Amino acid sequence: MLSVTRDPLSVEALTAQVEASVRHRGDGCGAVASFLGLVRATHQGRVVKYLEYEAFDALALQVFSQIQAEVEERWPGAALGIVHRVGRLAVGEASIVIVAATAHRAEAFQVCRYAIERVKQIAPVWKHEFFGDGEAWVEGAVADPADEAARMRALEIACA
Amino acid sequence: MRVTVRFFARLRELAGAETVSIEVTAPATVSTVWQAVTQAAPDLVPFERAISCAINAEFSRMSHPVSEGDDVAFLPPVSGG
Repeated sequence: MLSVTRDPLSVEALTAQVEASVRHRGDGCGAVASFLGLVRATHQGRVVKYLEYEAFDALALQVFSQIQAEVEERWPGAALGIVHRVGRLAVGEASIVIVAATAHRAEAFQVCRYAIERVKQIAPVWKHEFFGDGEAWVEGAVADPADEAARMRALEIACA
Repeated sequence: MRVTVRFFARLRELAGAETVSIEVTAPATVSTVWQAVTQAAPDLVPFERAISCAINAEFSRMSHPVSEGDDVAFLPPVSGG
């Protein structure tokens, strides 16, 4: 349920896996929330031709596991799947799919939001944008999985 | 001792290589390794305050000791999702 892949993403396939993992556990699964991150056609006014994503695969998988453990601690019984795509992606294609399955709907939305915020903070993945007139690496957060303040920010956003 | 250094994204482009093998004098930390690679590739210096590092595919700290044969990775700010 956690992976880095070069293949196109399927929200249906991940949903099936995540739901099956909690169907007969605890209070079961009554809600699934999913998130797809897509390649946008423009970035700060520039027309995007395509993107290239790069990951440190082994470390990314560890980070996804950490996020899963954080979710399990805060929302016991929740299940989480994260698949990030790497390589060349066209406008409109999905770069990430996140699926959260919980007993009730409120927690499903929270878990899904928390997971994407944490991915943006700490997953070792990089986006390289190619425009009609040049290219640029996108650089966001300095990844520090032990930064508790960042984790609290993600939690606040998720539970707002 | 010899360690392998791994670069990602813009650091990889600035270093001109995905991995390099370098010699550092023991006892050494991740910071020692960084100093050595920035001497060879000064374009990396501006990243000093904005990098994360890993030893053998585990997040680490610049002050952490490194051992012979370690795989030390330097990561620029991330942009996944």
